[in-house]
Amino acid sequence: MAAGGAGMARELTRLTAAEIAAAVAAGDVSAVEVAQAHLDRIVAVDPDVRAFLHVAGIGALAAAEDVDRKRAAGEPLGPLAGVPLALKDVMTTTDMPTTCGSKILDGWRPPYDATVTRRLRDAGVVILGKTNMDEFAMGSSTENSAYGPSHNPWDLTRIPGGSSGGSSAAVAAYEAPLAIGTDTGGSIRQPAAVCGIVGMKPTYGGSSRYGLVAFASSLDTPGPLARTVLDAALLHEVMSGHDPRDSTSVDAPVPPVVAAARHADVSGLRVGVVTEFSGGGYQSGVRARFTEAVELLESLGAKVVEVSCPHFSYALPAYYLIAPSECSSNLARFDAMRFGLRAGDDGTRSADEVMSLTREAGFGAEVKRRIMLGTYALSSGYYDAYYGKAQQVRTLITRDFDAAFEQVDVLVSPTTPTTAFPIGERADDPMAMYLADLFTIPSDLAGNAAISVPCGLAPEDGLPVGLQIMAPALADDRSYRVAAAVEAALQERWGGPLLAQAGELGEQAGGGR
Amino acid sequence: MTDLAQLVPYDEALSRYEPVIGLETHVELGTATKMFCGCPTTFGLEPNSAVCPVCLGLPGSLPVANRAAIEFTIRIGLALNCSIASWCRFARKNYFYPDMPKDFQISQYDEPLCTDGWLDVDVDGRAFRVGIERVHLEEDTGKSLHMGGATGRIHGADYSLVDYNRAGIPLVEVVTKPVAGTGVLAPEAARAYVTELRDLLRCLGVSDVRMEEGSLRCDVNTSLAPHGAADWGTRTETKNVNSLRSVERAVRFEIARQAAVLDAGQKVVQETRHFHEDSGSTTAGRSKEEAQDYRYFPEPDLVPVAPARDWVEQIRASLPELPAARRARLQADWGLSGAEMTHLSNAGAVDLVSATVEAGASPAEARKWWLGELARRANESGTELSQLAITPAHVARVSAMVRAGTLNDQLARQVLEGVLAGEGDPDTVVEARSLAIVSDEGALAEAVDAAIAANPDVAAKVRDGKTAAAGALVGAVMKATRGRADAERARELILERLS
Ligand SMILES: [Zn+2]
Repeated sequence: MAAGGAGMARELTRLTAAEIAAAVAAGDVSAVEVAQAHLDRIVAVDPDVRAFLHVAGIGALAAAEDVDRKRAAGEPLGPLAGVPLALKDVMTTTDMPTTCGSKILDGWRPPYDATVTRRLRDAGVVILGKTNMDEFAMGSSTENSAYGPSHNPWDLTRIPGGSSGGSSAAVAAYEAPLAIGTDTGGSIRQPAAVCGIVGMKPTYGGSSRYGLVAFASSLDTPGPLARTVLDAALLHEVMSGHDPRDSTSVDAPVPPVVAAARHADVSGLRVGVVTEFSGGGYQSGVRARFTEAVELLESLGAKVVEVSCPHFSYALPAYYLIAPSECSSNLARFDAMRFGLRAGDDGTRSADEVMSLTREAGFGAEVKRRIMLGTYALSSGYYDAYYGKAQQVRTLITRDFDAAFEQVDVLVSPTTPTTAFPIGERADDPMAMYLADLFTIPSDLAGNAAISVPCGLAPEDGLPVGLQIMAPALADDRSYRVAAAVEAALQERWGGPLLAQAGELGEQAGGGR
Repeated sequence: MTDLAQLVPYDEALSRYEPVIGLETHVELGTATKMFCGCPTTFGLEPNSAVCPVCLGLPGSLPVANRAAIEFTIRIGLALNCSIASWCRFARKNYFYPDMPKDFQISQYDEPLCTDGWLDVDVDGRAFRVGIERVHLEEDTGKSLHMGGATGRIHGADYSLVDYNRAGIPLVEVVTKPVAGTGVLAPEAARAYVTELRDLLRCLGVSDVRMEEGSLRCDVNTSLAPHGAADWGTRTETKNVNSLRSVERAVRFEIARQAAVLDAGQKVVQETRHFHEDSGSTTAGRSKEEAQDYRYFPEPDLVPVAPARDWVEQIRASLPELPAARRARLQADWGLSGAEMTHLSNAGAVDLVSATVEAGASPAEARKWWLGELARRANESGTELSQLAITPAHVARVSAMVRAGTLNDQLARQVLEGVLAGEGDPDTVVEARSLAIVSDEGALAEAVDAAIAANPDVAAKVRDGKTAAAGALVGAVMKATRGRADAERARELILERLS
């Protein structure tokens, strides 16, 4: 490719989704050119980032061609037509494998598309491939992927967060302007925070779970990751809405998130800071950036108050009973009978033995740990003390939110207690790993909306810090409105997006391409 | 295995022990689609042709509850005098088995849709009220076929195949409260309950209730305690008892077996048992100690079921006349005794007689044919009355012809035989077989004259006033006309001529 061509391709990967969609719609660039530029970028950087488990070059170009053909024919295009996207490998796709980061699904080709997948295709979004994740979304670093960890584009020796770490890394590495993640305990917001991008967990039931391979059914929520608040909102709108195939899907209009993302104004808004989150345990730079963000909101006209949510302290233990309990049941179907891995079926073994051998060989350590935790928590004689009690705590946390949202419009906190930690640092310490989700878990348990937006770098390590903005259920637009205001004010201060401060991937030590 | 030689004779067992029974009945609902997906519920399709990601339990798929199945369950609950929950949840019952696609069954646990009702049954003229503990909704499993072995059972099979067509078909479980006080009638009471429940379900139009196709399946609980004991005995649960006769036999066998165990000073083991159709016996299955921990918890993929009160009342208002009420009404309309009605009911002939009466026959005529000639035919061919190739309209037509004098009983039987043989409707059979009574006076007179001429001795006796002897001449006329003569008219003609 000529130098000018390479330069233009680089520019295409730096555009926001909104800019790409506008350029494609105007005919300034073809969807195929956009897709090709991103596929080239993946070839260039993904050997280091390892965001993708599967890249669907041919399928992506075909989808892009379809958008170009529609435009040429004068057919109406959706707001994200021709925009490339990275899909977390937990969403089923008929034309790509779906592994959930697990050996047990190695090579499985689902015979059906997830509702989110279908909606993206219908909207002309170009799916580039499937992204890496902690096995069955259990983890906060992608280190639990059976296919190896993804790397944080800010520092390749560090984790990109998880479980949607492949998605956050792909967006931060300019391999895709948009990505789909899923959030069960923070799995969208935490990777977005540590990669310096935007990640939104919609209200539970706001986006369909049909075709999302379940980890914890009552918590799993698909949502968008993007480099800007507006891009996240655009994707949020395209992927969401009632789905008759998901009984828990909310039968209500999608909140006006795009309009909110364009309405970056917090004047008069009441912002709550959760008292129980101000204890120790977080990195000083995270605390500093968070404090600044709160001051910023105040300077923008918001009224900041402290709010007590007394039961939030019990969120982590409640989560680690509820999520494993549901997972122990959801993952039972991986029994070697109808799909995926089958180990030890040599004609001499019983179905029970083949099931055991397959699960032994196919599941990783963290998955096994959670299946055992959940099996124990649901056992006769323990149910009331564990699962039952955790559900009561969940109700109390929901009530804390309800009470808080009577006093304030949104609650804010750091998204995660620390910046991206080095790969391997917490691999043998599950408890330390679980703490990464301390601030994100309450919104998962209560099912309300929460977004993470970049709020600066921690001075001590120069790594991104995220601000979490929690809003009531079905008031997702409020999160976007506040996030957009923070984003606009901080970008003015920084002179551009935070991500522009990340080093070029090829220039990093250990990168070398 | 139980040593059959050790069984205590049934009557002897009942002289010392009091049985308590309980029944858990699974009914496949006759909804058009499965419980949680849109696949058809049609019986007998090519294996694994009525399946989709949901009923195969593929990763990522989600269930959505079938409203018709919930409505059917509420109908059953209302017909069984149950309370209908205003809010309840499905639960997951977790256990591994190859024919369970998700390795959990979506069922209901401590929040059943319908609770605390009753069903009255009649056993040999004695009424028993069977308490209903609960009626809940769940999904059926797939079906394993064990290939290569001699028995079709998993042990000894070379390999197994699974058909998931049945997986996800809506299944209602009706659980009785313990039924005590039936005494020696326990086996009959069990059978009468299942029969009554079957008729009720059929009447409600919620299931085709075919036990032979497995759309109605029973587990039978039995326990024995010495007469006068304060507590009930330990119960066993005999699984998959799949015919009315087997229900009765299973209870009878368990009573005899448990009596032997208790007589020997041993304890009855709480266990599931398997029923064997061939021998009528049961053998031990899983004991309570080996019982699985199903780790029930509320199904998070489904929203709670909260049937609106007015919807429930609409369903109640739309219930048809139930079998017991209908039987009482028909018994009064038809002027039958209780025993006669029970007989009709046990023969499975109430609907048939009713339809025959509606088609124009008198109740007496309809009963006469269905309980007589047709019951005999059904018995001979080993089928149910309702399976015979004859309709109530046919029977009503035959009755009408008898009433009109076109047929006599003997001819009518021949007509029924022809209809059952597939020769057409009664009129066609009468025509084809030339079965109509000879009503042509000339032809009848000829036959009478011939009979008198051929039997001068008999004729003389009649002339002498021994009119009873005319019967022989009537017989001769009938023989000559191959039964087609009107016997009464022939008798009149004979007496006229010989007076
Ligand atoms: Zn299906």
